[in-house]
Amino acid sequence: MDFSELFKLSGLLGRFSPDGKCLASCVQYRLIIRDVNTLQILQLYTCLDQIQYIEWSSDSLFILCAMYKRGIVQVWSLEQPDWHCKIDEGSAGLVASCWSPDGRHILNTTEFHLRITVWSLCTKSVSYIKYPKACQQGIAFTKDGRYMAVAERRDCKDFVSLFVCSNWQLLRHFDTETQDLFGIEWAPNGCILAVWDTCLEYKILLYSLDGRLLSTYQAYEWSLGIKSIAWSPSSQFLAIGSYDEKVRILNHVTWKKITEFEHPATVTNTKTIVYKEVEKSPSVETERFSFPPTRALASSVFSTQSKYDISQVPVSFQYIKPVADRANPKMGIGMLAFSPDNCFLATRNDNIPNAVWIWDIQKLKLFVVLEQLCAIQSFQWDPRQPRLAVCTGNSKVYLWSPAGCVSVQVPTEGDFQIVSLCWHPSGDSMALLKIEAVKMNEVGDIYLY
Amino acid sequence: MGDWKTVAVPVLSSDSKNIFQYTSEKKISPPNMNAQVLRLPLPSSKSMHSFFSAFCTEENIEQSISYLNRELTTLGFPSIYAESKGKELNLISIINCMNELLVLQHKNLRAQEEVEMQHLKLGSDMDHLQNCYAKLKEQLELSKREIVGLQERDRQLQSKNRNLHQLLKNEKDEVQKLQNIISSRATQYNHDMKRKEREYNKLKERLHQLVMNKKDKKIAMEVLNYVGRADGKRGAWRTDKTEARNEEQMYKVLLNDYEQRQKQLLLENAELKKVLQQMKKEIISLLPPQKQKPKERCEDGPVLSDLEEDIGEFNKENMWELSCETVREQLTNSIRKQWRMLKNHVEKLDNQVSRVHSGALNDKDVISREDHELETEKLELEIQQCKEMIKTQQQLLQQQLMSPCDDDTTLLLQDCYLLEERERLQEEWRLFQEQKKNFEKERRSFTEAAIRLGLERKAFEEDRGAWLKQQFLSMSTDYKHSENVTTPSAFIGSKYLVQIILLQYAFSSFYL
Repeated sequence: MDFSELFKLSGLLGRFSPDGKCLASCVQYRLIIRDVNTLQILQLYTCLDQIQYIEWSSDSLFILCAMYKRGIVQVWSLEQPDWHCKIDEGSAGLVASCWSPDGRHILNTTEFHLRITVWSLCTKSVSYIKYPKACQQGIAFTKDGRYMAVAERRDCKDFVSLFVCSNWQLLRHFDTETQDLFGIEWAPNGCILAVWDTCLEYKILLYSLDGRLLSTYQAYEWSLGIKSIAWSPSSQFLAIGSYDEKVRILNHVTWKKITEFEHPATVTNTKTIVYKEVEKSPSVETERFSFPPTRALASSVFSTQSKYDISQVPVSFQYIKPVADRANPKMGIGMLAFSPDNCFLATRNDNIPNAVWIWDIQKLKLFVVLEQLCAIQSFQWDPRQPRLAVCTGNSKVYLWSPAGCVSVQVPTEGDFQIVSLCWHPSGDSMALLKIEAVKMNEVGDIYLY
Repeated sequence: MGDWKTVAVPVLSSDSKNIFQYTSEKKISPPNMNAQVLRLPLPSSKSMHSFFSAFCTEENIEQSISYLNRELTTLGFPSIYAESKGKELNLISIINCMNELLVLQHKNLRAQEEVEMQHLKLGSDMDHLQNCYAKLKEQLELSKREIVGLQERDRQLQSKNRNLHQLLKNEKDEVQKLQNIISSRATQYNHDMKRKEREYNKLKERLHQLVMNKKDKKIAMEVLNYVGRADGKRGAWRTDKTEARNEEQMYKVLLNDYEQRQKQLLLENAELKKVLQQMKKEIISLLPPQKQKPKERCEDGPVLSDLEEDIGEFNKENMWELSCETVREQLTNSIRKQWRMLKNHVEKLDNQVSRVHSGALNDKDVISREDHELETEKLELEIQQCKEMIKTQQQLLQQQLMSPCDDDTTLLLQDCYLLEERERLQEEWRLFQEQKKNFEKERRSFTEAAIRLGLERKAFEEDRGAWLKQQFLSMSTDYKHSENVTTPSAFIGSKYLVQIILLQYAFSSFYL
């Protein structure tokens, strides 16, 4: 596994282009485009203010930089570095900005979610979408980029509008039976829209593309409800993670629960493999000490190697019960992700923050649990194969695949707290992001642990 | 004469005590013969002499004899006197009496032994029974105490149970109350939220109006030049047609998705049906037909016959395609029935096996473990042999294909191949010859036709030349003749033309 140099980055904004050729990162008000293979700087753009958000267009030709404080979005072209475009929202303010799937329209959400403005880069036309809903995931595009769903709220009722992305024509507009819509997400096949309610009410509704309500699912009442959802890549399953530390899987034929996955503090099933991260004490030879200490020596002294041990079942995990009188408690299933081949589901129970649970979807059973020394910050599946990368805020990245599990130390001086990572679209490399810096590493063959 | 005199006998000191004992005892209770007899052990020979001499001495012989006679007669023996009042002793009767007495003595001894035995037995039985009785009494006491204890516990548990039920009811009531409270609070919160939201919406509207009214020149997009669309096409107006097309597109997408899913489900269904059919066949083959049929027939006769009919029906190919409700149900029902039969059969076998293990080897249906193992060994051996055979065959085949075989076989093979080929070639040669002949004939006819055509053409050319000459002459001299001349010559010309055309047509068909 090769590691690249460290690059400076601010705001955790490091993104691969969708075609996998470039890596965009920004430092303060500068946008740096690098080539993925050579890591040479291809382009350097300067924006008017500190950049808060960047996004590549779907054809990798344009990149938008949003500056929320000034309310400005600047768009840069990779083909023509002289081309520039600036969208100023002025007093309307800017809260969020994103591309449309065809890569030629920009959707800006103004402050207080007053409206969504659709700016076109091809024509002089501007469209407005009124009364958008102020929620986490209010806009969702289908995978093929044909349709867009927008959550709206008028007169204290939630609605969903479906638009055709090619000409922004309103296709359907229907109300949803939710108290306070929290999010919407399209299934990967683009025909089903999942709409779920706020955590005060466990309710998830499934709508068809033509606006018909297909099914409603409600597991229980009164307790805190849905925390996160994930569609399987084949659209066969919908995994719902809730505050009661369970994941419920619905099937696409009857939209009924086929199983629920529990995340108890003690794992007793003998068929489950539990990988536990243990520290290897570093060995330092005293004769080699020199003053001032060399960089390599310093890093090896301060960084502790770690490896994975297989723990014997039954295993108990460190269980944290959150304070009862705070809102949005750190409990329940906060992270859910399906592997790209539809065979595995990775989850994290926020009550047991050090463990990643990997479920085998073909057998609907718990397959592996990875127990780390620190709390899990994020995990991501390789976009091509069933390989999971986990980072826990220290300077190691952990990779799991059905063949085995390995912990990789990032060669760096001092402390490198990886808080986020993202895979290259081809699955060959990934970018490890920490506050203030980004580092690329090539992922070679995984060696068996 | 029951009085016995104490006779001092000049005997051994060791015996004197015995004698005295005996004699004193005799004094105590003469009529109690039995007791005396019990206590009296048989004396030793020495003491016997003295004992016997103690009764009858030389002085009281007659008295003793008369006494003995009296005793014997009272006992029912004949008198020992020869005559009733005489003093002569009847030796025979004495001997008989003695014998009788001895027999009687033996009998009595035996009876005594038996009685003693019985006495002992009865004594021990009594002891035993007394012990048992004592133990049973103890047990009874214990059981009574236990019962009392258990009853007490039962009472306690019942009361606890009642208490718990009561607690449970209380808890349930509380839960219900809390739920009601929660729901009422929730509705209250919702109401408040809605009120606040309406206020917020009003503020937003106002803000929106202000923002829009300001006609902010700043809200604009400045771009160097407009970019082309991603798909390269021009933008289109939004009309009803586009709307309709979008609807259509959307429905197409949905339909595609549904069709795909339906296809998948149909495939799955077909697979599962096939599997079920196979399972059914295998289950039928597993079930022993002779045993089951008579039993089942008496239990559910009509059902089984229906089953058999169904089996026959369902094994037809076209039944697999049907997916209507009744067919599906019948299939699943029949499989369920057969599975149950198989289960029963397997359970029976299990019972038999367990019986065999516990020792009952009479059942001839069961194969003992050793036989089973022998069978498996035999089968394994067979498998081995077959595998070897297959291997050798494969090797032979390989050899034949790859390596050159010896000359004889190759020659033979080649010969037979050649023969076949030769015959084929001969056939083809014959056909070819025939065709050649036909072609020759045709060619000859065509050449003749060509020659004829050539001649005719020449004649036609000459005629044409003559005609043209005539025409020329007639044109230059007189115009009247032209009409008379044209038609026949034209006619001739056309006749020739037709002939030429026909010949050409024949030629072309020949060549084709």
